[in-house]
Amino acid sequence: MTRTIDPHAIDGKFPAPATRFDVVVVGAGRSGTAAALTAAQAGQSVLLVDENPVPGHQIGNDVPLYFGGRATAATQNSERMLETLFMNTPDLEAVIEAGVELLLGTCAWGVYRNGPLVGSLPGQVVALADGERSWLVGFDRLVLATGARDLPMAFPGWSQPGVMGAAALKKLLTRYDAFAGKRVLIAGSHDLALETALLAHAKGLDVAGLIEVRDAPQGAADLVAQVEAAGIAIHCGVHPVEAKGGIDGVERVILSDGSSVDCDTLVMAIGLVPMIELADALGSARTFDAKRGGHIPLEDGAITAVGSCAGLADTGFDHSAYRFDWLNALGGACGGDTIICQCEEVTLSDLLGVQPPRYLERSPIMQARSLKSLLEDGPPNQDQIKRLTRSGMGACQGRRCRDQVAMMLAVEAGSELAALPLATHRAPVRPLPLKIIADWEESEEMRAGWDVWMGIPTQWVPYADIGTPYEEENRRVLGGNMSL
Amino acid sequence: MSAQKIVVVGGGVSGLSAAWWLARSGVSVTLLDKGIIGWEASGRNGGGCSHYQSPLFKEEQRLWPQMDELLGYPTEFSPERIVMAVTPRQLEQYHYIAQMNNRLGQRVDVLDPQQVREAVPLAGDNCLGGIHYRFGGHANPHRAVQAYAWALQDLGGTIIQHAPATGFRTSGGAVTAVESTKGVHECDAVVIAAGPQTSSLLAKLDIAMPLAAARAEMIVTEPAPMMKLGGVDGNGLYGRQTLRGNLAYGGGPHEWVEFGELGPSARPATPLTRNLARRVAELLPGAAHLNVIRSWAGVIEMTPDGRPIIDKRGNVTFCTMSGVGFGLSPASGHAIRDLVLEGACSFTDIDKLGLSRFEGIADDWRTAKGWLPL
Ligand SMILES: Cc1cc2nc3c(=O)[nH]c(=O)nc-3n(C[C@H](O)[C@H](O)[C@H](O)COP(=O)(O)OP(=O)(O)OC[C@H]3O[C@@H](n4cnc5c(N)ncnc54)[C@H](O)[C@@H]3O)c2cc1C
Repeated sequence: MTRTIDPHAIDGKFPAPATRFDVVVVGAGRSGTAAALTAAQAGQSVLLVDENPVPGHQIGNDVPLYFGGRATAATQNSERMLETLFMNTPDLEAVIEAGVELLLGTCAWGVYRNGPLVGSLPGQVVALADGERSWLVGFDRLVLATGARDLPMAFPGWSQPGVMGAAALKKLLTRYDAFAGKRVLIAGSHDLALETALLAHAKGLDVAGLIEVRDAPQGAADLVAQVEAAGIAIHCGVHPVEAKGGIDGVERVILSDGSSVDCDTLVMAIGLVPMIELADALGSARTFDAKRGGHIPLEDGAITAVGSCAGLADTGFDHSAYRFDWLNALGGACGGDTIICQCEEVTLSDLLGVQPPRYLERSPIMQARSLKSLLEDGPPNQDQIKRLTRSGMGACQGRRCRDQVAMMLAVEAGSELAALPLATHRAPVRPLPLKIIADWEESEEMRAGWDVWMGIPTQWVPYADIGTPYEEENRRVLGGNMSL
Repeated sequence: MSAQKIVVVGGGVSGLSAAWWLARSGVSVTLLDKGIIGWEASGRNGGGCSHYQSPLFKEEQRLWPQMDELLGYPTEFSPERIVMAVTPRQLEQYHYIAQMNNRLGQRVDVLDPQQVREAVPLAGDNCLGGIHYRFGGHANPHRAVQAYAWALQDLGGTIIQHAPATGFRTSGGAVTAVESTKGVHECDAVVIAAGPQTSSLLAKLDIAMPLAAARAEMIVTEPAPMMKLGGVDGNGLYGRQTLRGNLAYGGGPHEWVEFGELGPSARPATPLTRNLARRVAELLPGAAHLNVIRSWAGVIEMTPDGRPIIDKRGNVTFCTMSGVGFGLSPASGHAIRDLVLEGACSFTDIDKLGLSRFEGIADDWRTAKGWLPL
């Protein structure tokens, strides 16, 4: 017997992807290029994509790294950036020679496969986009080599240009040749901060020093020695309490000991977060590992993570505890009016009060509600806080605030960060314009079967018309749709 | 009457509204949810409140403009909607809908393309005209869920989250208690408004309710400049501009799904995101450059005719909303309250939403309709 098909259901409407590869690698850093090379040398067809150079609008939104308004105007010229990037990434030539198909300026924004609640896909696909269009590519094996992103933390003045992340600085210095700052102060003293200082120094920047919230430098002794040998001071037991500046952003940073450091850039080098959003949006398994930078992907059939998106190198250092020390110090410097979510302008007091945005009225009983009262109703959940306060709901897709909000929530609830449900990641994991993400070549089946809502002929017949001739007329004219 | 103890199973908008209405009548209410309130369809929908087809329509329309005040918390309700066409076939359909509503005394104006563009600045040259509902509107699902919940608590109601109802205790044909993973909750009457799970819960009481569940998806953009009227549909889409400016849209093919009693373990979206994005870009060309920042999916349950069921057997009142439950929630809660406390809906005839219309339905009705998972 042939199966009856609901014409408005998704069945058969997704065409098979036009291209497929044995292996798709996302991220052309060291780990990604190595994985691509190995696969190509083993005779597999390989596609290697890298989102760099990222479009100007993303850099402005601090996607995927915390660029903090310190990229030069050169980043707006994608042709030129492409050249610079290629020149600065010598591995890429070898990859091309090995027969790998390489696409720069191309981001992977979603991975889709059949599983719980989805059975309609023609196999597993990765969704890609460049400056022109988006498309789907089939794969046997997907290697995620997306790296790690910055971990920003709020303090007074942090939302102005000139407060940025260590990974963004490294990208601008080593790949883009497009860093706009001159004198940098670095927050942190673990390996990341020390390496950042050495890089900045090597690139001829003026390094104003490192500041460390704990009582002693945290990183490897040899790195500490190198930093000191370069004449860069590490100030321990202090943290920034405010960044002051003007129209071009940061001009100086006030420290907790009352001193003031002149600089145009404060680099947050407190920690990095493995970029797991593709795997997580897919619902792939993960675990929390404080020594490897937070949530990291677990082994998952066709999908492998390599490099720092699989977790930071485990040196025994408890990144999580270190981050909480910073959060507590910087949080202590915040006032109720300090903005935590930059996109949605959610202040600390609105966050802790679970208050709605200012364009909504706050009745007295609304104002009496708070995170505390919400926590009496159930365990903390960041997505719930996000829905109520809008923190993490903005154009940066939560990159600037999700990690610190999760930590604050853990503190408020008195629970372990690891026990908190991770705020969901959702495709597209990069903000992409409607016209680019759009499927302009959708299948005829999709077009013909499209209905605004379910396409059940009886559903939208007015109650008074049920059983009257109008019911038949409705069905005839609307063709069983609510409306097209 | 006010000594009654009612347990409501399901903390979506239907159960929350029912519980709130019951609490307003002085009844002691305990609401159970298997997870966090509003975590299923009620927190994942388009926020539309314009259900002209429903017997609950008038009550829906009467209540929404008052909800912020009645609940004491913001729901982001904004009145009225425009549906705009970008193909001649769409325009023809929308005109029919306008005419149908006007015949029923529900005012819908026909707009020419220029009038649409004035009200909807993001519309483009491809707009062929539209219709303007002088009723209905949209609200924010997340806020509405939480507003009901807080208002319920303010009236003394109890909400127990992460407490799936697992069974019922009965005596002489009446339910005397609901069993959950967090205990036994005694009651004089029970309300079951558990979305797709309503039917499996009723089955434990030997009440057969035909239901099938489907996955539906939406996307949202970064904020666009605020339009005068945010409820803008058309081109195969439903959606809204939020009061923050974001464009949130859904529509298109659904996927029939199946899952266990605790609901789906994940709610993934699919590349349908691209088909939705295309239609939003066509509907609102002025927004085509805006970034899509999220997509999501939700599950809705459907009866075979796509109409809700709101009914009662003994001291068990139940409700399943067939994908139109958000907008109707102020009214469905009222109807449920009436059924629980008075045995009949006081403000309108809902007979055709009764369960008995499906008596004797063939066991394989889903197969016959093609409403089966892939
Ligand atoms: C993408 C999408 C768009 C939509 N757009 C609109 C729209 O624009 N306008 C509109 O009016 N409607 C819309 N809908 C439909 C609307 O969301 C639903 O009809 C409505 O939310 C149903 O509410 P509910 O409370 O009946 O069910 P649900 O929201 O499904 O809530 C049921 C609750 O019961 C709980 N539960 C289940 N089993 C148990 C158990 N054993 N014990 C305890 N609790 C249990 C669940 O956890 C859940 O919280 C849309 C739906 C989707 C998915």
